[in-house]
Amino acid sequence: MQNLSTSSEQNTGKSPVLSLDKITKIFPGVKALDGVQLDLYAGEVTALIGENGAGKSTVVKTLTGIYQPDGGDILLNGKSIRFATPQDASDAGVTAIHQETVLFDELTVAENVFIGHAPKAKFGLIDTKAAYDKTTEILNSIGAKIDAGVKLKDLGIASRHLVAIARALSVEAQVVIMDEPTAALSQTEIEELYELVDTLKAQGKAILFISHKFDEIFRIADRFTVFRDGQFVGAGKMADVAESDLVQMMVGRAVEQLFPKRHAEIGEDVLKVTGYSHPTEFENINFTLRKGEILGFYGLVGAGRSEFMQSLIGITKPSAGTVEIGGDSITMRSPADSIEAGIVYVPEDRGRQGAILDMPIFQNVTLPSLNKTSRDGFIRLAEEFALARKYTERLDLRAASLDTHVVALSGGNQQKVVIAKWLATQPRVIILDEPTKGIDIGSKAAVHDFMSELAGEGLSVIMVSSEIPEILGMSDRVIVMREGRMVAELEGDEMTPETLVRHAVGIRNEGDVA
Amino acid sequence: MSLTENTPRHIPDRLRSPLQTKLVSWESLLLAVAISIFIVNTFASPYFLNAWNLSDATFNFTEKAMIAFAMALLIIAGEIDLSVAAIIALASTAMGVAMEMGAGTPVLVLVGLGTGLFCGAFNGLLVTKLGLPSIVVTIGTMSLFRGISYIILGDGAFRGYPSSFSWFGQGYVFWVISVELVIFTILAIVFGVTLHKTNFGRMVYAIGNNPTGALFSGIRVARVKMILFLLTGLMSGLAAVCLTSRLGSTRPSIATGMELEVVTMVVLGGVNILGGSGSIPGVIIAAFVMGLVTFGLGLLNVPGIVMSIFIGLLLIGVIALPRLWTMWRQKK
Amino acid sequence: MKLLKSREAILFGAIVVLTTLIATRFPAFVAPDNLVAVFTDTAPLMILAMGQMVVILTRCIDLSVAANLALTGMVCAMINVAFPGLPVPVIIAVALVMGAFLGAINGILVWKLGIPPIVVTLGTMTIFRGVIFLLTEGKWINAHEMSESFTAVPRAEIFGMPILGWIGVVVAIIMVVVMARTTLGRAIYAVGGNPHAAVYTGINVGRTQFVAFVISGMLAGLTGYLWIARYAVAYVDIAGGFELDVVAACVIGGVSIAGGAGTVIGTLLGALFLGVVKNALPVIDISPFWQLAISGAAIIIAVAFNAQSGRSKGRVILKSAEHAQ
Repeated sequence: MQNLSTSSEQNTGKSPVLSLDKITKIFPGVKALDGVQLDLYAGEVTALIGENGAGKSTVVKTLTGIYQPDGGDILLNGKSIRFATPQDASDAGVTAIHQETVLFDELTVAENVFIGHAPKAKFGLIDTKAAYDKTTEILNSIGAKIDAGVKLKDLGIASRHLVAIARALSVEAQVVIMDEPTAALSQTEIEELYELVDTLKAQGKAILFISHKFDEIFRIADRFTVFRDGQFVGAGKMADVAESDLVQMMVGRAVEQLFPKRHAEIGEDVLKVTGYSHPTEFENINFTLRKGEILGFYGLVGAGRSEFMQSLIGITKPSAGTVEIGGDSITMRSPADSIEAGIVYVPEDRGRQGAILDMPIFQNVTLPSLNKTSRDGFIRLAEEFALARKYTERLDLRAASLDTHVVALSGGNQQKVVIAKWLATQPRVIILDEPTKGIDIGSKAAVHDFMSELAGEGLSVIMVSSEIPEILGMSDRVIVMREGRMVAELEGDEMTPETLVRHAVGIRNEGDVA
Repeated sequence: MSLTENTPRHIPDRLRSPLQTKLVSWESLLLAVAISIFIVNTFASPYFLNAWNLSDATFNFTEKAMIAFAMALLIIAGEIDLSVAAIIALASTAMGVAMEMGAGTPVLVLVGLGTGLFCGAFNGLLVTKLGLPSIVVTIGTMSLFRGISYIILGDGAFRGYPSSFSWFGQGYVFWVISVELVIFTILAIVFGVTLHKTNFGRMVYAIGNNPTGALFSGIRVARVKMILFLLTGLMSGLAAVCLTSRLGSTRPSIATGMELEVVTMVVLGGVNILGGSGSIPGVIIAAFVMGLVTFGLGLLNVPGIVMSIFIGLLLIGVIALPRLWTMWRQKK
Repeated sequence: MKLLKSREAILFGAIVVLTTLIATRFPAFVAPDNLVAVFTDTAPLMILAMGQMVVILTRCIDLSVAANLALTGMVCAMINVAFPGLPVPVIIAVALVMGAFLGAINGILVWKLGIPPIVVTLGTMTIFRGVIFLLTEGKWINAHEMSESFTAVPRAEIFGMPILGWIGVVVAIIMVVVMARTTLGRAIYAVGGNPHAAVYTGINVGRTQFVAFVISGMLAGLTGYLWIARYAVAYVDIAGGFELDVVAACVIGGVSIAGGAGTVIGTLLGALFLGVVKNALPVIDISPFWQLAISGAAIIIAVAFNAQSGRSKGRVILKSAEHAQ
């Protein structure tokens, strides 16, 4: 481990408001948290840092009473406490702004803010006037110009986020958890959020700030704690640590080693997209993909990358634009068309879009290739198993048997099934959307190796990723998207973390490509 | 660290043989229930074990089962059609109108099947083109279809179908084997093979388990659902032909409440009402179970409504008991 | 977006237009007495629909309401026959408790065993009807067997409206308050709107669904007494198939079958729409046999309308598009 990791006991002076002491949480097949340590101090922002799958979300759910730990203690002001329900956590003054906007469309802003702890009038009835007034007060205090009486479904995404923050502030909180709060916000909104965090600090609240954007961590955090694969790696003060140290703690090895360097022969144009637009999600996307190339798509969450990819394979209809494959112009009305044209998509949402979790592995693999494993529409089981075996073994799938249901596999192996399914269709272009999100390090490396191998065999790969190391390590070329538009196309030496981030967040200097 | 890391790299096709899987399945349990009911009935009534009586008993389920087969596919695909009994009423009424206009038996059958297909198309279009929830759509069409029957017939009835028409519901192919039983058997095979042995059946399961995932996998989800609604309509039309032929008359109240019996049959057969799983053999056995219970209790002079208690308990019980059993085991 | 907000207004407008059209040819239809009669006649449907609305809001459905009504009503009638001296308020209390109990059976099966609501209530629907038969052996209880006060209460008039109508009003007021001003009301909307998020805010989804079934059952029980006393007859098949009218009223009133969206006022208007149609048909000399088809068509139009106004709520990425909305 790193020698700079200072455990919390060495922090003299203040004692933490809330501590996690050797918390363990086990899910079938995986230890999500393995005896982790986390301390939060009044009036200070603690950043919880870790890669996807490090256990950050599990910590949030444990702290807010959604999950019960399988071992260890939660200490509030030094006393052991149990959060059996989310209500318990809320009563104890622990409040969270969750990653997913957990709000209710059909309720008004005020109702959303006060659901679960509404102010009461006579006969135990909800005091709607008081709720409205208090909500307006809180919204004003965070500079949000939203009417507390409108229904949530009539608000845009940024406003919804402010409502979520207002909700967290409506509780008499000692501890405020912010789970990737800036993910969907614009730069000005992010600045406003920073000011809000400063206000909360001044009020003496202990803040847990979860993010994997280093710039913002260095901007607002006082302390840090790093997790990796569900384990505590280190903690300390931001003042004592450099960015590279944090990266190393997060990843656990040097960045270069993670990605297989390869020498691909990039060939002729395979896919040409021109002027691709959608009424609300993206606009004017233009690019060409060549044989054997890995093209990265970088951007912040919500930049419209997945929406574009899904339109490309026929899930949603574009308002304008053309797609050419090998010179032939093609219209995708449904994924069935895109599969026929040789474009396949490995979605980010594995459970919902990628795999049919409650069906066996072999049936998942053969689903888009049923024509190959059947005669006159009648299934031939032996051929199905053979096809499934060919591709799953090539991907080094670990499973008890091919008729195991996909739901029983780990995230990494589920992803292998999904990739195997698409390779079995023998595509010309494969789109991988956040291919390594939420899977363990070992499977990650396997996926990366395999991507290189496929490109080497002449398959064209589009990789959507929000992880800079992955984008830089794997791509031959990178397209950056922001707010539904292509803002940069980078190649060779232009591909640096700084340029990517600058384009993704929209800081313009040095005469950038617009 | 992943716990599956130590498993061997070669992945076997299956851990248990298909036979083993079948032995501990829902269908075997149901078959055991069917056999016990058969045995109990044999002892309870001397009239039970009689070829003609048993043959009569099959009429308790053949028409419902025709629809149940198609309904099973529809429910596995995550949709439902509550308008099937109303389709019977409308198809039967249409046949009555055609008869009044002098149509012969072949035309009557075509009218019945055609009306069913038309109603199925109507449901299917509303669900797949407008994206409406099938349960509400078919509650609506259930009133609409039967409502049209009432508008046409009021409190009257159509009688006097041609004698050759009675073959479908009253005829026998061979000894005690009725025409309906033969139709039932053929459909059982056709639907069983379609669901379990074809690409189409596989798509039905995939859609029911995860419609989004199925769409992303290149399945034309709307088209498959449309076909299933058409099939359900067609089978309801066929049931209308058989039922009208058997009763020899059409009233707008014909087959009232049958949609619930059909759904009960499907669910009893082990089809998950939320979609994604179920089998045709299960539905076949469920049809026999319901037929035997109705027939057996009938021989013991138990009124029909009391039988419905039994069916209701069976419906809830067969789902509740395995869950209670699991909960009880987990507590231990 | 504005359309959805004024959903109730549109429905109200439709009812007014319908009534006006009828009134132009048959002015007697809009005489105050007749309007009160129409309202009172629709009251049972309204009460049941409000219970059903609560259940549908939590993403469930209760197909057993009519059977519950029939069973509870029959038990009330039998109690009245056995103890003619028992005051009506006691019988109403029995109806409420018994209805709630039957609803609780549905609720517990959904909550504790996780059986899909449609299966549970399909089953209890046939069981409840069967139990009536077991209790009565299929016999009817007729007017002459019931005590005078038992049958008189729903019909007794206060300020020109029968008590039946007033009970509808009272239940509506209570339901408006419960849905808008209590934590239970909030929980019901939350569970249906976003069950995942409801858990995060400390709401127990299963228990809320259970409570919804109890409310639905309780209102069905209450309606059971009112129905049987009003028509002064009780038998196995009473109110047969009425559960579909109840669901229809909810759907027409804008309650989303997917849960989480719908209002008491909308539901009341949905029921009233069906009530006006039902009462108007004989007046305008259209065969009552049209009623079924009309309500079927109304359901389909309403659900198509619901779906249209609920569409395009997706996330908007392009800034320009968001502002253009």
